[in-house]
Amino acid sequence: MSSLMGEPSATGRFGEFGGRFVPESLMPACLELEVAFRAAWADPAFHAEFTAILRDYGGRPTPVTECRRLSERLGVRVLLKREDLAHTGSHKLNNVIGQTLLARRMGKGRLIAETGAGQHGVAAATAAALFGMNCVVYMGEVDTERQELNVFRMELLGAEVRPVRGGSRTLKDAVNEALRDWVANVADTHYCLGSVMGPHPYPWMVRELQRVVGDEARQQCRALLDGQDPDWVVACIGGGSNAAGTFAGFVDTGAVLVGVEAAGGAAVGRGVPGVVHGMMSYVLQDEVGQIAEAHSISAGLDYPGIGPEHAHLSSIGRTRYEQAGDDEVLAAFRLLSETEGIIPALEPAHALAWLAREAGRSVPAGATVLVTLSGRGDKDVAQVRELLR
Amino acid sequence: MTPRTAPLESHLRDRRDAGRKLLVPYVTGGMGPDWIEAVHAVADAGADAVEIGIPFSDPMIDGPTIQEASLRALQRGTTPTSVLDALARSDLAVPLCVMTYYNIVFRAGLRRFARSLADAGVAGAIIPDLPLEECGEWCVEADAAGIATVLLVAPSTPPARAGAICERSRGFVYGVGVMGVTGERAALAATASDVAKMVRTVTDRPVCIGIGVSTPDQAAQACVEADGVVVGSAIVRRLLDGHGPEGAGEFVASLRAGIDDATA
Ligand SMILES: Cc1ncc(COP(=O)(O)O)c(C=O)c1O
Repeated sequence: MSSLMGEPSATGRFGEFGGRFVPESLMPACLELEVAFRAAWADPAFHAEFTAILRDYGGRPTPVTECRRLSERLGVRVLLKREDLAHTGSHKLNNVIGQTLLARRMGKGRLIAETGAGQHGVAAATAAALFGMNCVVYMGEVDTERQELNVFRMELLGAEVRPVRGGSRTLKDAVNEALRDWVANVADTHYCLGSVMGPHPYPWMVRELQRVVGDEARQQCRALLDGQDPDWVVACIGGGSNAAGTFAGFVDTGAVLVGVEAAGGAAVGRGVPGVVHGMMSYVLQDEVGQIAEAHSISAGLDYPGIGPEHAHLSSIGRTRYEQAGDDEVLAAFRLLSETEGIIPALEPAHALAWLAREAGRSVPAGATVLVTLSGRGDKDVAQVRELLR
Repeated sequence: MTPRTAPLESHLRDRRDAGRKLLVPYVTGGMGPDWIEAVHAVADAGADAVEIGIPFSDPMIDGPTIQEASLRALQRGTTPTSVLDALARSDLAVPLCVMTYYNIVFRAGLRRFARSLADAGVAGAIIPDLPLEECGEWCVEADAAGIATVLLVAPSTPPARAGAICERSRGFVYGVGVMGVTGERAALAATASDVAKMVRTVTDRPVCIGIGVSTPDQAAQACVEADGVVVGSAIVRRLLDGHGPEGAGEFVASLRAGIDDATA
């Protein structure tokens, strides 16, 4: 493994970012989780079970699809890593299956999760059903309204969805509330965090659990491209888990790695270093350090921070972070639907929007571009219908 | 030296060693137009030190009461500077400790923040999301500015770890009474005395129990094992409900009486 995207330092730092900024009540749990993850990740039996569940239950490997009509339209060769085809409709299941296996290993029978778009909540509820665990999902009230269908889906799966009314009533507040639950119930509860954020070991652990996306894609691209790697690898960024999993497979290739943030939630683009949700990273905040509210049509990217490893990769120049605005995202949502018969989730529509804008400009004509399609758009169809009216 | 500027720890040790149990009321800075009067009222009602919250947008270790107070404070335009300026202008008879989250400190700059506390006459700082492993850089600046960094020991803290925390803590050791966020509880958790006992075995620094101490009886009960208590939500709720500085002062006086009657 290259030292880039390897293990963080002993205190969970990627360069200056990361760490464990949590109350003392939670420190022992973070330390315990790190020990448990290390042991599991070194255990072939854990890998065997993880891989088997992702294959037989989750539908992995997901394919890489060559987009002929879209490529013609954009003048670049577009390949999609199809996480929309994984069970529950997004990459989130990879992380959740791994963490649920880990929770079981640690003897914790209750799962809690935060969710924005609802995809991570649905995945957590799914894993809880599969393993017969209790599951509580915290979701900002704004998001329970705009992602109503996912709320019902979680309830069908047997989870309890608790709307969060504090603060901006979106993903950031759902994380706060999940952390508060964890402090009170840490003895029997595992906090199944949904992205590469939070205190160590989460950013590292979630990236490792998601690296299956990048590892598969790299092999699949080589098969398609006569042993070559794509020139560009692009993924959307909320907390950054689908991007981190994707980049992990390509960080030691020559590919240009691009993470696309929502313009209204661009932590790298517009944030400054700060500490929230247990990590040091780039954070949208005001001049005295109050965390700002992100604004995006995509509930999954409506987050003022970013995983600390992305902050590090950005600061050393290995990855680029770009932005896409709501209008071009809606256009990209339609573009992929019409040209390829694939309705994307609004989150990866950000990656597509950036590519649609930059193809033939910063991305030269004829380049080969892998885009991680992190999820399918069913959950967004009702919202998009309203927006397009 | 007046008690206000005396190092927090010697002040609290002296009082403890004289047989007094320590009472540390908490008020969220800027939560209402009369918050500074509330600080005076609780200070004068038998406090040994006062804890002042500098409001943060994402108070993850706080329950609904202090969340609401923080929100009101921020909506009133409260900033770290406005809180510290008000404290600097006030003349209080007991030492002050601020409680805030690390991003507020980090954003200001560690040295600048530590000095701004000292300039405002603040004696100590409690930063709950800055655990032992992360507090080194801050502690260097705090020590240099003469600010006592109060660290926390929780019911989940193993004894060996508690030893390291107590060694690095200054002023007193904040014993977390219950696993959970700040807020009133119907009864004092059994963990409150367990934590106090654990801290006692590893340090002779004063230990005050906070989180989940909400009535005079509970305060007295916590003081059986601990040197004192920190009481926040029960005071802040009274202020939110409009009882005013006077109501807060009366409640703190009842805490003082409850503790003193039990130890007499
Ligand atoms: C389909 C999809 N993609 C991406 C994200 C953003 O998360 P991350 O950046 O961790 O991949 C979400 C989050 O809800 C999502 O549902």
